[in-house]
Amino acid sequence: MLKIAKERLNELYAKISESMGLFIPIKKGGEVNYHVWGEGKEVSLETLKTVKSPKNMFFPQTENMMKFKTEGKNIEILEAGIRKQGDELKPFVAFGVKACDYKAIEVLDKVFLAEPVDTFYQARRNATTIVTLACSKPEESCFCGVFGIDATNPQGDVSTWLDEKYLYWQANTEKGETLTSLASELFEKGGETEVEAQKTSTKAVLAQLPFANLDLSRFKPENLNELFDDTRWEEMSEACLGCGTCTFVCPTCQCFDIRDFKTNDGVIRYRCWDSCMYSDFTLMAHGNSRTTQMQRFRQRFMHKLVYYPSQNDGLYSCVGCGRCVNKCPQNLNIVKVIKTLGGKKND
Amino acid sequence: MKDVELKMLERAKALLESGEVARVIGWKKGEFIYDPAPASFETVDELKDFVYNWFCGANLSKYLIQASKKEGKTAVFLKPCDTYSFNQLVKEHRVKRENIHVIAVECLGKFDVAKIKAQGVSSIVDVEVQNKEVKVKSFGGETVLNKPEILLTKCETCQKTHQVKDEEIILHDRPERDVNRFAEVEKLEAMTPDERFAFWREQLQKCIRCNACRNVCPACSCVKCVFDNPASGIAAKANDDKFEEQLFHIIRAFHVAGRCTDCGECSRVCPQNIPLHLLNRKFIKDIDGLYGEYQAGETDEGKTPLTSYTENDIEPTDAVNGEAK
Repeated sequence: MLKIAKERLNELYAKISESMGLFIPIKKGGEVNYHVWGEGKEVSLETLKTVKSPKNMFFPQTENMMKFKTEGKNIEILEAGIRKQGDELKPFVAFGVKACDYKAIEVLDKVFLAEPVDTFYQARRNATTIVTLACSKPEESCFCGVFGIDATNPQGDVSTWLDEKYLYWQANTEKGETLTSLASELFEKGGETEVEAQKTSTKAVLAQLPFANLDLSRFKPENLNELFDDTRWEEMSEACLGCGTCTFVCPTCQCFDIRDFKTNDGVIRYRCWDSCMYSDFTLMAHGNSRTTQMQRFRQRFMHKLVYYPSQNDGLYSCVGCGRCVNKCPQNLNIVKVIKTLGGKKND
Repeated sequence: MKDVELKMLERAKALLESGEVARVIGWKKGEFIYDPAPASFETVDELKDFVYNWFCGANLSKYLIQASKKEGKTAVFLKPCDTYSFNQLVKEHRVKRENIHVIAVECLGKFDVAKIKAQGVSSIVDVEVQNKEVKVKSFGGETVLNKPEILLTKCETCQKTHQVKDEEIILHDRPERDVNRFAEVEKLEAMTPDERFAFWREQLQKCIRCNACRNVCPACSCVKCVFDNPASGIAAKANDDKFEEQLFHIIRAFHVAGRCTDCGECSRVCPQNIPLHLLNRKFIKDIDGLYGEYQAGETDEGKTPLTSYTENDIEPTDAVNGEAK
């Protein structure tokens, strides 16, 4: 294990930035989100939860897919967005990814990297080296442990731990070793004892968290119909505004829309995040299969807890990051759904 | 606050039991003290989850659009600020007044849990308020915080009083306050255009186009927003960062100008904490300056500055920075 003094982290960021893009939690306009590092930026590794999750790095909120140039009756198709750069997409580092958000990338991979592969997503994933960061101060809205995630021991190409004095650094993969070698002169050896101590004390906190023992036992494919027909969806969803906050701050929500934008001499075809909470989601030529907010609300949680796992060997597509718990304008969230519909232990 | 909650519960029970109303809209307990959710209660049994505390910041008025269309009367608990939205919705024929029983409830300001957490207090179990002192009890012990520092932004400058009441539950006096709600707007006005552009750009860049501000806004009561309607030709999701930065929120502020009551829900719900209410407040301030003081939602009838014409109306070319040239 290696370590680097906290006051030298800026040197590390600068070194990495010489040859790679560096996405890291940065405070901008009062909120911490992943941004590209630069000299003078206010990095905040201490922030437990960025507002937007790191999925933005692989699956940006909006991206151009292609362009059509029209001249009279001729249409020319032009490459746009990252397609133009092809496989030569500049390698970048995702720095400070928490264990829950790292697990979320696995959830996204199963969607975007399965056949037919989403080449936009794939290009960004291939270009990334992920440096994870263990949590040392989880808070009451966290429940990653329920999904078998160990917040104190995140995986990734490099795993790191932060305390008052040092960032401890453990390369796990070839990509991780390469990254380490970029800045090897900044590291010194050691830190095993400190990291073990931090893991033990954080685990004690995690075990005490109010949502540590949520019971998921009822969320199984065989209970699909029973859960779908539960009468309590009405009361659970009645205050839902139909906004997209929960879906857009969620690290695993993956739905997008493809739209055309008319320009002066053609069309830009782009994709952007979509939300199952929106009234035009699933709108088809014949109309919409989901016409009420209750149906949209039910879809979101059934997808996280039943549909996705039934297609992915039981892997839930919630990672317990708790962003929706903190951000829903009307205080509705997945925990309330799990407590209402989950197993007996929740009572 | 506990005594107010008990009184409210008592009234809710009585109204449901007597059959005077078919439902009561209020707040339901969450997982913590700070996450109550708006809820509709149709039976006395359901009222076991009823709550009214320092974290009931949500404005319940907009839920009445749907509720007032339902069979039977709906009782609703409205805080002072919520009653302005209620009046405005009645005025715009969105809520059927005769189907609603308004219970005006006491409000001494509501808290923003994010502001409490930002002061290093987490796992909050209870709060006890004495004047400007708030004792926050958490797993970590007890912390005393300064009340003005943990109020929701919309409560910081509130001087509103109940405009509608069929009955009221007010047990404690509200302290007199002397605050200038336009102070932040004035700061922005004092900036150079470049500085102001930089300010809004930094703020609006954070927008994730979740539409929470629009969906919570009582003035945004269109059955279908043009931006959600594929047939409108201008339907838009997050298609271009520039649109969020420069247009969407400004279009929305224009659209609700003269109707916005300054309830502040837009800023309360924004996941990125963009101070959206400042756009609306700038319009309110300008309307005050150009047409004389006007507060949307004070009544549920009458003409408004922007929907009526008088010969003395200021000419657009004579209005500069919200004042007559």
